[in-house]
Amino acid sequence: MKRGKGMKFVGDSRVPINNRKPNIPKDYSEYPGKTEAFYPDFLLKEWMVGAVFLIGFLCLVVVEPPPLERIADPTDTSYIPMPDWYFLFLYQLLKYSFASGPYNILGAFIIPGLAFTALLLAPFLDRGPKRRPLDRPFATGFMLLAICAIFYLTWEAAGHHDWEAAKKQGMIREVVEVDKEDPAYKILEANTCLSCHGGNLEGGSGPPLAGTKLSVDEIKDIAKNGKGSMPPGIFQGTDEELQQIAEFIKSIEK
Amino acid sequence: MLNKVYDWIDERLDITPLWRDVADHEVPEHVNPAHHFSAFVYCFGGLTFFVVVIQVLSGMFLSMYYVPDIERAWESVYYLQNQVAFGQIVRGMHHWGASIVIVMMFLHTLRVFFQGAYKKPRELNWIVGVLIFFVMLALGLTGYLLPWDMKALNATKVTLDIAQSTPLIGDMLKTLLSGDEHIVGAETLTRFFAIHVFFLPAALLGLIGLHFLMIRKQGISGPL
Repeated sequence: MKRGKGMKFVGDSRVPINNRKPNIPKDYSEYPGKTEAFYPDFLLKEWMVGAVFLIGFLCLVVVEPPPLERIADPTDTSYIPMPDWYFLFLYQLLKYSFASGPYNILGAFIIPGLAFTALLLAPFLDRGPKRRPLDRPFATGFMLLAICAIFYLTWEAAGHHDWEAAKKQGMIREVVEVDKEDPAYKILEANTCLSCHGGNLEGGSGPPLAGTKLSVDEIKDIAKNGKGSMPPGIFQGTDEELQQIAEFIKSIEK
Repeated sequence: MLNKVYDWIDERLDITPLWRDVADHEVPEHVNPAHHFSAFVYCFGGLTFFVVVIQVLSGMFLSMYYVPDIERAWESVYYLQNQVAFGQIVRGMHHWGASIVIVMMFLHTLRVFFQGAYKKPRELNWIVGVLIFFVMLALGLTGYLLPWDMKALNATKVTLDIAQSTPLIGDMLKTLLSGDEHIVGAETLTRFFAIHVFFLPAALLGLIGLHFLMIRKQGISGPL
């Protein structure tokens, strides 16, 4: 290869070659030992590490499909929000009484702001020439403290979150349009059934009623006496109406 | 054949010094895991970059199907995940990559911090690195909204509430992010999409370029 020597250009206006910086690799005599050429020897090793990493990563991708909840519904205000896991420590901080409400500015801005500014300016806060962690106890100590705080807050946030309920509230539901002109539907509406079980009985904070496997009598029993977190006595209508809605619910196929 | 093509180009553009500047250097012993296994801690930075490459590539493929519109965003993601061949894999790579990149970056930051590698003359590179960290968190935040499912919408509402509680500029900041004073909807989605796909990646690539330039200029920090 000629490496660009002897180039002749028409109308050459470039800086002449003798003014260019010589292309000499960095002197690594300050780090004596078994140095290795980056290209191609070390690069190949890096690629092998990358390949092993990629295999592990793809195993994770194949085993755990990415989650997708039901389409955003701005009218559903009962949903309990949750940020992605790496924001949980900031989210948890905002739950403490000393960092929320009137002190929101402390939890949302001052504490994280101080921590992140200190991180950004670390080279100017820790200026000594010493590099070993034990030789700079303040830098090491504050960083260990921050790591402990992050882990603790994340742990607390994850522990207080009801993962089962979160899974249920986000599930993709198959919505089958029900006949909203049916008199039985009006009865359901009047007895506030729909506010928990959804306008198409597809479920909400309560379980879906569409496609239930229960018998008419069981539906009547639950409507009157409740079940789980549903208190008894929500249904206020007559026995005739009760029969009507039970048959209506039974008739809705999934 | 390849050599001839190379020579033809090199004769005209003198490209040899370009790649020599990037590739011609020695790797010192103390960062080479082949000599000291504990030097694997030096891999975290490179693996972070590797995941960034995965994110860019998978994101490019996702954008072939994704529609940033409140009526179609969720439908397009659902279609991608359930109908498109390997759509679930591509979306999975982008989803999990977003988490793994945070983990790798965290480890890389801790390695640099506890080794005191940010000290003179490498202060500027530390600052650029922390800025990359912030950009990455912002990418995670904006990307969370894009599937337009329940958790996306509700997490974004919380984020916007926090942004709104900023002293002095809170209302303006919220309007800037969500596109409206009150509504979190169509315009919020397009703004987050633009920020996630254009503004932040541009900033990220520029900062990563600076990060690497400074490493080449200064060399890696010496052994402890």
